[in-house]
Amino acid sequence: MPTVEMTVNGKRASAQVEGRTLLVQFLREKLGLTGTHIGCDTSQCGACVVHIDGRAVKSCTMLAVQANGASVMTIEGLANGEKLHPMQEAFRDNHGLQCGFCTPGMVMTAIDLVKNNPAPSEEEIRHGLEGNICRCTGYHNIVKAVKAGAAAMKG
Amino acid sequence: MHDFGYHRPASAADAAGLLAGKNEAKIVAGGMTLIPTLKQRLAQPSDLIDLGGIAELKGIKVESGGITIGAMTTHADVERSTDVRKTIPALAVLASGIGDPLVRNRGTMGGSVANSDPAADYPAAVLGLGATVRTNKREIKADDFFKGMFETALQDGEIITAIHFPKPEKAGYSKFANPASRYAIVGVFVARTSGGIRVAVTGAGPCAYRSKELEGALSANFTPDAVKAVKLSADGLNSDLHATAEYRAHLISVMASRAVAAAS
Repeated sequence: MPTVEMTVNGKRASAQVEGRTLLVQFLREKLGLTGTHIGCDTSQCGACVVHIDGRAVKSCTMLAVQANGASVMTIEGLANGEKLHPMQEAFRDNHGLQCGFCTPGMVMTAIDLVKNNPAPSEEEIRHGLEGNICRCTGYHNIVKAVKAGAAAMKG
Repeated sequence: MHDFGYHRPASAADAAGLLAGKNEAKIVAGGMTLIPTLKQRLAQPSDLIDLGGIAELKGIKVESGGITIGAMTTHADVERSTDVRKTIPALAVLASGIGDPLVRNRGTMGGSVANSDPAADYPAAVLGLGATVRTNKREIKADDFFKGMFETALQDGEIITAIHFPKPEKAGYSKFANPASRYAIVGVFVARTSGGIRVAVTGAGPCAYRSKELEGALSANFTPDAVKAVKLSADGLNSDLHATAEYRAHLISVMASRAVAAAS
């Protein structure tokens, strides 16, 4: 079995995996980082989004071996101690979640979106969230949250 | 998913060597189609050869009257490239509409073109711009490349290394996307080039193809109205739960007129 080694949320992580082990399985089952969710498992819902070398990707559609040597950030890596990341705070302040299942993926996608477009319009936010599905909120407050999060990240 | 041997070569030559030495090996580029296929056990390769570690296959270069894009360049890199936006803006527009941002961060141009999905976007640009597909063995003209559903001119052991797009005078792309997958129900790429008008259609047939009727109409008059009026036959077009062949035939003219209107 191949050994993979990567940096996850700033810490070195290493384990033996099968070639077919998905990155999301590695994160959840080997590292216990269950904040990254498996929603559809068919590359559609975006609940499993993490950052690989700063880019948002679906961790259910990537092999753990493909992340060998990479720097991975999951939802657990965002907060600074008790202090939430501004995007997490914005989701809380704007009621950007109901059941919360899609939220880790939404937040990770939103942060990547804002990195590339620091002041996105509502239309750009909706286009940017096309890979993330929420079944509770109707997206309205998620879009509001991303807008507020973008402003907070600038400040 | 069935298990497989995993290889991450550092050069295209090493990848070709590995491919030749294995019985049922498959290449993985961005994996946006292949990994879901493996998860559904619709494919069972003995080995996966990952092109993700090959630096020579990545990057965008302006050269000889056009732009050359490495096979492992992601859709997001094409979408954001100032060189692409300046040289062939329609290509950046097309890339920005593929799948979703997460797919665009992993998916690659070479992977999309080699896969020749009937509803993929890039084949329309490759054919519409009269691009040249460069492989580890030869150069293949776009007109000779797409052969059928998931079928191309690539031979066993052949790997796309880059695609060269000549700069058109004007080009535009418009697609009617499936709202769930963003795959093209119909997508049309139009280009006015020094060699004439080219119109490539994706989503409607077994693979991307050129529409002679629309090329004729635009050669006479490069305006949205010139193609909107063209009634196309539904014979041989795809019919599925998303759209009937007749509806797709109608959409081709509509998308073509929008692509002309958007052309720059």
